[in-house]
Amino acid sequence: MALDRWIALVILMISLAYGYTAFFTMDEGLPPFMKFNAIWPSTFPKGLSVMAVICALIILLSPQKADAGPKAGDIDYRRLLDYKLGQATALLAMMVIYALALRPVGFLISTVAFLVISALILGERKLHILIPIAVIAAGVVWYLVQQVLGIYLRPLPFFMGTGG
Amino acid sequence: MLDGILIGLSTAFSLSNILMVIGGCLIGTFIGMLPGLGPMSIISIMIPVAISIGDPSAALILLAGVYYGAIFGGSTSSILINAPGVASTVATSFDGYPLARQGKAGKALTVAAISSFCGGSIGAILLMIFAPALASVALLFHSAEYFALMVVGLSAIAAFAGTGQVVKALLMTVLGLIMATVGEGALFNMPRFTMGIMDLQSGFGFITLAMAMFALPEALYLVLDPSRSKTEGGSNEIKDLRITKAEAKSIAPVIGRQSIQGFLIGVLPGAGATIASFLGYAVERNIAPKEEQKEFGKGAIKGLAAPESANNAACTGSFVPLLTLGIPGSGTTAILLGALIALNVSPGPRLMVDEPEIFWAVIISMYVGNLILLILNLPLIPYIAKVLAVPRNYLIPFIFFFTLMGAYIGQNNATELLILVGLGICATVLRFADYPLAPLLIGFILGSMLEDNFSRSMQLYDGLGFLMERPMTIGLLGLAAVLVILPSYRARRARLRQRGVADGD
Repeated sequence: MALDRWIALVILMISLAYGYTAFFTMDEGLPPFMKFNAIWPSTFPKGLSVMAVICALIILLSPQKADAGPKAGDIDYRRLLDYKLGQATALLAMMVIYALALRPVGFLISTVAFLVISALILGERKLHILIPIAVIAAGVVWYLVQQVLGIYLRPLPFFMGTGG
Repeated sequence: MLDGILIGLSTAFSLSNILMVIGGCLIGTFIGMLPGLGPMSIISIMIPVAISIGDPSAALILLAGVYYGAIFGGSTSSILINAPGVASTVATSFDGYPLARQGKAGKALTVAAISSFCGGSIGAILLMIFAPALASVALLFHSAEYFALMVVGLSAIAAFAGTGQVVKALLMTVLGLIMATVGEGALFNMPRFTMGIMDLQSGFGFITLAMAMFALPEALYLVLDPSRSKTEGGSNEIKDLRITKAEAKSIAPVIGRQSIQGFLIGVLPGAGATIASFLGYAVERNIAPKEEQKEFGKGAIKGLAAPESANNAACTGSFVPLLTLGIPGSGTTAILLGALIALNVSPGPRLMVDEPEIFWAVIISMYVGNLILLILNLPLIPYIAKVLAVPRNYLIPFIFFFTLMGAYIGQNNATELLILVGLGICATVLRFADYPLAPLLIGFILGSMLEDNFSRSMQLYDGLGFLMERPMTIGLLGLAAVLVILPSYRARRARLRQRGVADGD
């Protein structure tokens, strides 16, 4: 089965779960006075779930077209292993680690580590250039966000004060 | 209208707003030049900054500057290295890159800059004429008509964005609407579909979604396929920026025609700058004399002027439905709409009446933006083009970092970053399978407004009676049905005809 049909199948499942909630469980806790209204919190979602199920079923059940291959300049998912899949996965993992480390480790250290390790993953080896660039970038962004935009970003690890 | 223009002039020409336009144009040009980063990614990244400014006029002026700058930057990388930063400048590379290879990069950049300037300026004049007229008609609309109008907008977007795969685009639109129902809405004041997760109580963040739909997949594509960020092979030498009188004379009618055509295409929901640029190129190629037709694709300046004027005029045109009806016609204007909502501004026909300074300042700043791009960027291009030399190993981590920062600043919550990564992976997979992502974002942004207007109409008429009692509503819903059914019917007929030919009928 082609990828677009697998996706349609996943969306169909999500739509069915969404529709089940809208049709059967959502209105249970509704206060009695709201039940006299023409519109309930579930009214709109009910319509959406029906539409999503219909669209997903059309994609799933329509006759399979000849595979035209990827568009020019696009990535062919059928030969994904020919691309830099390892690097992409490692960078996504770095993003998750960064998200988890941002608060406890602090903005400055986690950002410098993220930028340096990401560049290393991509093949950069000139640490004497990379580290100063990462340190300057982290410092400048922290200053702009915290001091200019006024959005709190803990700069240092949690045991070294708030830095606010 | 004169009062409005004066208000707009005084707002747009305040020192801070002039700085916003200059800053926006420069940032947009710089980032837009980087291959693989489109205006949607750039605007998504810039939104937290714009929102933190607080002043809606200034924020919108900054974002509009970034938008124009990105289109301009995209043209520059198309011409110099044959790597269009944005889809709407792909047609620019057809003749721009051959010109650069002939050693005429400077001339090509000048033609592109002048065409963009004229396209944007003519578009802004047309916007000034059309927008107030459309807004005054839209003032007659009630919630039922608004609901129907949004359905028309969403159907048109699905029909255009789907390019033959309308059902896929429709499914994405509905998915966007479904995502908009997650969280505690203002309408019922009760959490819906949060699955007990506290972080979903306020729903999905629009900035996170915009980043996940556009910036992250684009960056992942750059990682997966290094050739996308390749910068070798082009002629980066920029010497003579002049064009001759004869050349100016030959491109003048092209610019005039394509500015008007591009603007009208931009006004249509879902069409946008990419279609305008390709159509502009095709039209000019077809109406050119036979000898000139042979030049197209080999370095014809008419072939460069056509898409450049058309795409800039279309960008301006796409502001018409946004500012007058509150309906975004493209992914980029959907992001701008989200930014406006975040700034407590409701675009629509009341915008011109209630907040004329925002409405007119945006229009006036479009002139200013175009002018700044022309006078500031053209002499700076040889220096700005140095950004093309940034190595991929440095560029990609920074794109990822700014994507993360954008989502974090938008919500001030580290969980948002995990949601960003999850949604970004989903968006990349959807892109692999050719599911259009702009309809999803537009559906998400319009979702709460659509439900709001639908619910108000239901309450007023105590049910679905409004569908029968308001002829304009039923007419608009009929139009929406036609918009969805017609392209599918045509595609089916074309398929059947093709099969017939293949079978030897």
